[in-house]
Amino acid sequence: MTAGAKHLEITLETQVESVNLAEEMCLRVAEAAGFGEDDCYRIGMSVREGVINAFHYGNQERPEKKIHLALDITEEKLIIHVLDEGTGFVLADVPDPLAEENLLSTSGRGIFLMRAFMDEFDVVKGRNGGAEIVMSKKLPGPGDNSENGKGGK
Amino acid sequence: MSLRATHRDAGPVTVVDLSGRITLGDGSALLRKTIRGLLADERKKILLNLADVDYIDSSGIGELVSGFTAVKNQSGDLKLLHLTKKVRDLLQITKLYTVFDVYTDEKAALGGFS
Repeated sequence: MTAGAKHLEITLETQVESVNLAEEMCLRVAEAAGFGEDDCYRIGMSVREGVINAFHYGNQERPEKKIHLALDITEEKLIIHVLDEGTGFVLADVPDPLAEENLLSTSGRGIFLMRAFMDEFDVVKGRNGGAEIVMSKKLPGPGDNSENGKGGK
Repeated sequence: MSLRATHRDAGPVTVVDLSGRITLGDGSALLRKTIRGLLADERKKILLNLADVDYIDSSGIGELVSGFTAVKNQSGDLKLLHLTKKVRDLLQITKLYTVFDVYTDEKAALGGFS
């Protein structure tokens, strides 16, 4: 890890409340890292969707399983890891929610939203065999301006 | 902020005024309960006023779609009113903006029901 890099890790219970907790925690980190309001919204939503994915699909809502959330702030970006204790999945197998036949599906938009809101997104096999979502957003530079004038893109 | 829902009758249409967040858990559950309750009361023309809803996650989007489908399946109609920017943007990127009838004026929305 480079000088100035920061790492934060938390283990969450497999319960609905963990989704809000993870979102709130990451929002604070993103604000402290200098992201503007719009980017904070996108980061918070992505973390929320990542933890929902772990809660529902990965851990199958089983309370004995845990959700592992880790944040890294490097000199360039905020990196978020969400690891579940399920059996993993292949990203290419996830149906496209924008396909005509899936438009009226009541689920399956979480991965799409994370991809849309973050700069980088991937799903890898976690150390325990579960799915590990890895996503990142570039830190705002001094000259960056968002729609609200608070930085970020 | 958790979701709050109240409803009022406007002729044959029921306007549901929502405020707060429609997210996994209580928010999505309340929206589901509200729409299913109206259908059980034979109120099948439903206008969801989202003026005070500033946040929806994928679970909330799923519940909107589920409600829309449930109403359509009973030969009713569900329309949306007063989307905030974040909600409008979400519906646009998920291509649902073209699925729902969306209005910015309540009178026009009420007139849009057959």
